[in-house]
Amino acid sequence: MASAEEIARAADRKDIRDRWLLSAPALIIILVAATGPLLIVLVYSFLTSAAYGGVEWKFSPEAWVSVFLERDIFDDTLSLADANITIFWRSIKLALMTTVVTLALGFPTAYFMATRSEKTRDLWLFLITIPFWTNLLIRTFAVLQIIRNEGIINTLLMKAGIISAPIQILFTDTAILIGMAYVYLPLMVLPIYASMEKLDFRLVEAGYDLYASRWQVLRRIILPLVKPGVIAGSILVFIPAIGAYVTPSILGGGKNMMISNFIELQFGQAHNWPLGSALAITVMVIVMIALLVYVRNTGAASGERRG
Amino acid sequence: MNWKTKAGALCVALMASTGLARAEGVLNIYNWGNYTSPDVIKKFEEKYNIKVTITDYDSNDTALAKVRQGGTGFDIAVPSQTFVPIWIKEGLVLETDPSKMENFKNVAPEWANPDFDPGRKYTVPWAWGTIGIVVNTDAYKGPSDTWGIIFNTPDELKGKTNVVPEMNDVLFAATKYVGGEQCTDDKAVLKKVRDTLVAAKPNWIAMEYNTIEKMGAGDFKATSDWNGSALRQRLAHPEIHFFYPKEGYGIWSDNVVVLKEAKNVENAKLFQNFIMDPEVAAGLSAFHRYANGIAGSDKYMPADMKDAPEVVIPADVRSKGELQRLCSPEVQDIYSKIWTELQK
Repeated sequence: MASAEEIARAADRKDIRDRWLLSAPALIIILVAATGPLLIVLVYSFLTSAAYGGVEWKFSPEAWVSVFLERDIFDDTLSLADANITIFWRSIKLALMTTVVTLALGFPTAYFMATRSEKTRDLWLFLITIPFWTNLLIRTFAVLQIIRNEGIINTLLMKAGIISAPIQILFTDTAILIGMAYVYLPLMVLPIYASMEKLDFRLVEAGYDLYASRWQVLRRIILPLVKPGVIAGSILVFIPAIGAYVTPSILGGGKNMMISNFIELQFGQAHNWPLGSALAITVMVIVMIALLVYVRNTGAASGERRG
Repeated sequence: MNWKTKAGALCVALMASTGLARAEGVLNIYNWGNYTSPDVIKKFEEKYNIKVTITDYDSNDTALAKVRQGGTGFDIAVPSQTFVPIWIKEGLVLETDPSKMENFKNVAPEWANPDFDPGRKYTVPWAWGTIGIVVNTDAYKGPSDTWGIIFNTPDELKGKTNVVPEMNDVLFAATKYVGGEQCTDDKAVLKKVRDTLVAAKPNWIAMEYNTIEKMGAGDFKATSDWNGSALRQRLAHPEIHFFYPKEGYGIWSDNVVVLKEAKNVENAKLFQNFIMDPEVAAGLSAFHRYANGIAGSDKYMPADMKDAPEVVIPADVRSKGELQRLCSPEVQDIYSKIWTELQK
């Protein structure tokens, strides 16, 4: 005869088993949907490139070698993949610059919003989300209309007699930066605003009472308290910016490749799917490392403060 | 049988026949975007009582990759001449033998037996054209019938010239410019090609496809381009002209094939035959703005295309045109390395 304890334990076990069984479909879907495509990309990166697109099911490290090294077309010497590094660095640099610009614009915006009265705050929040109603492509084309040689800015400046010939903004790195900053700005403002809203402004007042200057209040009180928002915003901007495709293609003129164009080239005209896969994974790893460094540093910093 | 059962039987028969007709009356076309004349499709639908659906693609590579995967549900695709041999070799297309079709007699002699499909066993001409140079002659009045506009840009056009980023087209042009043969694997020539491209790039403003709008708005003053695109630009802006480079220019041709996995083979064959009719072909041209390869279609062409120098190649430059091929995988590999170096 089973004791009451054994019966209870059996019921517990059944309970746990039922829970697993019930959540199994969801878990399987998440596992397959999240890792399945990535696994395919990983496997493809180790295969041989077939002629004119696709892969042959034959192992080859060639793709990974050519991520880091390049064989000169004409004298067959191996050297560091200068072209790849240039392209990667361009994307990373642009993503960093976008993060800095959106932070510089987004932080004061969020501060302004958070210091309004409760009612008007909702209105400002609403205004910030308006760009999301329109497709990214259309917003980018709108920026193009503003900055092109016969666009609004140049026409106004020329009518006003400030310049005599149009300033070439379109098809430069500046154009890409303007476009990216515009597109990603809400992603920076919203998280900063969220943490700024929770900020207890009595602390700011206390700071002033203790004769802190404006700069000191910002640096010693506000910034540490809204740091999680700043970090979240920076991550939200940096990660999509590194893989940005539409904005650089339309505003940059396509003369200089970004990582995303480079990967697309491999799956399109270059017919090198394994290299494209290997490059895609490299980007993922770079983003992951950046994130890890970020999280570790901020974790250590907050630990120090607590201690 | 009383009248009730008769009527019932009739109803069933009718339903069965319409059901059957519906199953047969479908054609799924897979074609480049903005390329298929809605008028011609409507005519085809009405004539044969077939419902046509059209799905777009944006590059030969996309189309090939998708059809290779299979299960697309498409009956017809329109690959370019460079890719047709791959489609045939990989067994993706059905041997419909258009050369035996009723309307085949209309195909212009120069397109009746092309290298990419000897004897026209698989393909029917859809459109063909050339790749040359477009210049805004208000901005530059010098001689423009040369790839030098792109590869040795004159001062007036520096920082105002665009290059359409079709890797194979650009490398074809650069090879011609340095005096080589298309698809050559001669390293000395390829090295010259690379050096020419790298040296030319600082004079370009952009490398993008959107030439009609940007030439019109004045963002570009010169570009490499397809002839039909050039025609549209000139019709909107008379100061924009198309030039055939004297070093040699590329000719392309898009062709209708029936897929091996097609479910509506008979309808697809009807379509292949249908578009070889001169009046229908002219209807296609009126929309996509390219020549069609069907003799006798010029009678029905829109007035602004009949004598357009973009569509009807002038006699003196006709011999400079060359049908472009897809190069060997080895040369393609070198091309993509040069291309990466160019765009890095």
